Amino acid sequence: MALTGIQIYKLLPKTNCGECGVPTCLAFAMNLAAGKAELAACPYVSEEAKAELADAAAPPIRVVEIGIGERKLKIGGETVLFRHEKTFLNPPGIAVLVTDEMGDEEVAGHLDRFKALEYERVGLTLRADLIAVKSLSADGGKFEALVSKVKNETDAGIILMTEDPSVMEAGLKASADRKPLIYPATKENADRMAGLAKEYGCPLAVKGDGLDEVSELTTKLTEGGLKDVVIDSGARGVRKALEDQILIRRGALLKKYKPLGFPTIALPCEMADDLVQEALIASIFVAKYGGIVVLSDIQGHTLFPLLLARMNIYTDPQRPMATSPGIYEIGGPNEDSPVLVSCNFSLTYFIVSGEIETSRVPAWLVIVDTEGLSVLTAWAAGKFVGDAVGMSLKKSGIMDKVRHKKVVIPGYAAAISGDLEEELGDWEVLVGPRESAHIPAYLKEWSA
Amino acid sequence: MAFEIPKISYNGAIKEIPLGKEANHMIVGGETCYPFYLFEGSMPHPPKIAMEVYDAPPEDWPQAALEPFADVVQDPAAWAQKCVASYGAEMLALQLASTDPNAQNTPAEQAVEVTKKVAAAIEVPLIVWGSGNLEKDTEVLKMIAEECAGENLILGPIPEGSYKALGAASLAYQHTIAASTPIDINLAKQLNILIGNLGVPDKCILVDPTVAGLGYGLEYCYSVMERDRMAALTQEDERLQFPIVCNLAKEVWKVKEARISEEEAPLLGDPLKRGVLLEAMTALLLLLAGGDILIMRHPDAIQLVRGFINDLMAN
Ligand code: B12
Ligand code: SF4
Repeated sequence: MALTGIQIYKLLPKTNCGECGVPTCLAFAMNLAAGKAELAACPYVSEEAKAELADAAAPPIRVVEIGIGERKLKIGGETVLFRHEKTFLNPPGIAVLVTDEMGDEEVAGHLDRFKALEYERVGLTLRADLIAVKSLSADGGKFEALVSKVKNETDAGIILMTEDPSVMEAGLKASADRKPLIYPATKENADRMAGLAKEYGCPLAVKGDGLDEVSELTTKLTEGGLKDVVIDSGARGVRKALEDQILIRRGALLKKYKPLGFPTIALPCEMADDLVQEALIASIFVAKYGGIVVLSDIQGHTLFPLLLARMNIYTDPQRPMATSPGIYEIGGPNEDSPVLVSCNFSLTYFIVSGEIETSRVPAWLVIVDTEGLSVLTAWAAGKFVGDAVGMSLKKSGIMDKVRHKKVVIPGYAAAISGDLEEELGDWEVLVGPRESAHIPAYLKEWSA
Repeated sequence: MAFEIPKISYNGAIKEIPLGKEANHMIVGGETCYPFYLFEGSMPHPPKIAMEVYDAPPEDWPQAALEPFADVVQDPAAWAQKCVASYGAEMLALQLASTDPNAQNTPAEQAVEVTKKVAAAIEVPLIVWGSGNLEKDTEVLKMIAEECAGENLILGPIPEGSYKALGAASLAYQHTIAASTPIDINLAKQLNILIGNLGVPDKCILVDPTVAGLGYGLEYCYSVMERDRMAALTQEDERLQFPIVCNLAKEVWKVKEARISEEEAPLLGDPLKRGVLLEAMTALLLLLAGGDILIMRHPDAIQLVRGFINDLMAN
């Protein structure tokens, strides 16, 4: 819970020395409450007050980091129940499982797919984040060897999975510098797992049988000084697991219930026995509050849809992703190359430019400022209409770059062709295909 | 301290809408909680899946989607029967795509014929969906309403531009309508008010919020549906308390990633499973956002989603 200015004031030295840049402690407190100042600006604030203020300012769901460097994954920190209320912040990590009872080839297959399956979309790289290494044999040496292999062959964040603390320690020895997530601390092993988490400085996941047991476990861990905790409620039926996710999120946000104020981990790999089913279960937890989803394996056809789901649910609903308007040269166009026009919704831009590239026909793509709206949406909103598009084309300078006088508009915007011709004078407006997938075939036929 | 479940107080419920012919009514709606939040409310009628049938052989479907229906695409009535007999379809959706002036522009009379044949071939509730061209849909759906009087078809899309003509026709000839607005909760509410003012009874109204496929605008539809349910269930917004229909299959299967071969895009994996999963995942996310009726295409995707409806409802 945020503190009010008056509550903060009570914790300050009340000497009004002015060193923080404002004349009084009260003014400083007000600024702090409004988020306009940093506590560090006051050199005299007591350690006690610092702790209290930090505690009060802590987000209702702790941010937990797993892994290091470029591959560091941040989960938690969410502040809303529904994405339209603000936005969901930290996309859930997607983890792929390997176990020490898999053959070398099977492990290699999992690791290869983990490395190979990545996709460029709207200028972002989409891929899985973590590898979950599980000990089934209870053999510390085997576990350590597998963890080392995963660490050496990938830059993935790692989840170490075993309930046996001595096996866990073997895995930690091999990978602690990668800051792996330790999974799980249970009622039986919590003390020793907590000890390991402290010793190696790694986040720790608890697994309980229901939310009461989970709460007891997390309370025990935090009382012992651990902060970076992740929750597995233990449920493996879809309905119950969904319910738990919802209650955990609500508990943290609506009740400020600290024992549940942590990101969660869900295990579709233990809830189905087929990759397609697992991907669907994972999508439920992408929508509803999962912090990590663990899959038993990935294939292009299962990972790609899941990555799309994650991207969709975690885009900021307040502002569409937009590209800058202007002329884009694709494939080194010349004065006889076709001119195409589209809107500046990022998704549209990337799809259309991708298709033009695929066609291998060099072309000019003129992007009109539609405030980030898609073609039809912009048309309906009056932003992709004849005079506006015509004006943008003229201003863009494209007319000096080509010898011909033809422009291709999106098939869905066919209705603007009359107005656009009028606006452009002696230019010819060609109505292109509706779906961008047909652009390559269309461009191959195009001639100036 | 034991964890006390933070419940939300609902003060509204989704209306129950009877679909199909009177003798074998099927009911949708009735929810008193957010989708599948069964720990604090009920969903007396699990969401339904309507299988697509096209009025003419589809020209642009990828192989994966076409294959199960290859033997029946020439004959919409046989196609409809196959959906029921082979795939256990609980509802059907006849897509009048060929009526589109930008496609074959088939005349309204022909659409009426096809609709009658399909309606006669099956017992389950039938959705009849226009091409999306306002003028043509108004003409076609009006004629269908008249000629199929008393069938209680579900006619859609009924946007603001045609609600008067089509609302009146469905009222006169006893059909249900899918009130259609472009992903905007205020427009949806407004249209429901207008349709109500025409005299169309509440039990004949469904909402089509407009949907998009995974990766192609789904996030907007997802949030509008969540807001719709929030207003209906927690803010007593009576004019939004209608079941939601999601015409999703045609959005999913038109996109590149649902069509491209494995040779062209090896990282996208198996094209059949990929298409099926894109459809099933779109459907599942729309169910979580509040969908009551999903219009779907591929039998495998439908089977997967049915399984999830069961799992999410299971005790
Ligand atoms: C998501 C969405 C929105 C989002 C905006 C998303 C965005 N950033 O644009 C929101 C919710 C904000 C929105 C708002 C509105 N929307 Co809207 N929206 C959609 C929806 C569901 C998907 C659009 C989308 O993202 N498509 C994906 C992108 C990639 O498509 P695209 O830009 O068209 O590009 C494709 C093709 O056009 C082609 N292409 C693109 N460029 C080029 C160039 C060339 C040369 C060629 C050949 C091809 C080509 O390639 C792409 C892939 O195939 C559609 C319905 C649907 N299912 O499609 C309705 C839709 C576009 N919206 C519609 C409307 C009416 C509106 C509103 C006016 C409603 C209102 N009154 O509030 C507002 C207007 C916005 C405003 N005033 O601010 C209508 C348009 C109706 C019409 N035919 O005119 C639609 C079709 C829904 C409907 N059936 O009624 N919308
Ligand atoms: S520096 Fe600290 S003690 Fe001095 S006025 Fe500012 S808040 Fe008060």
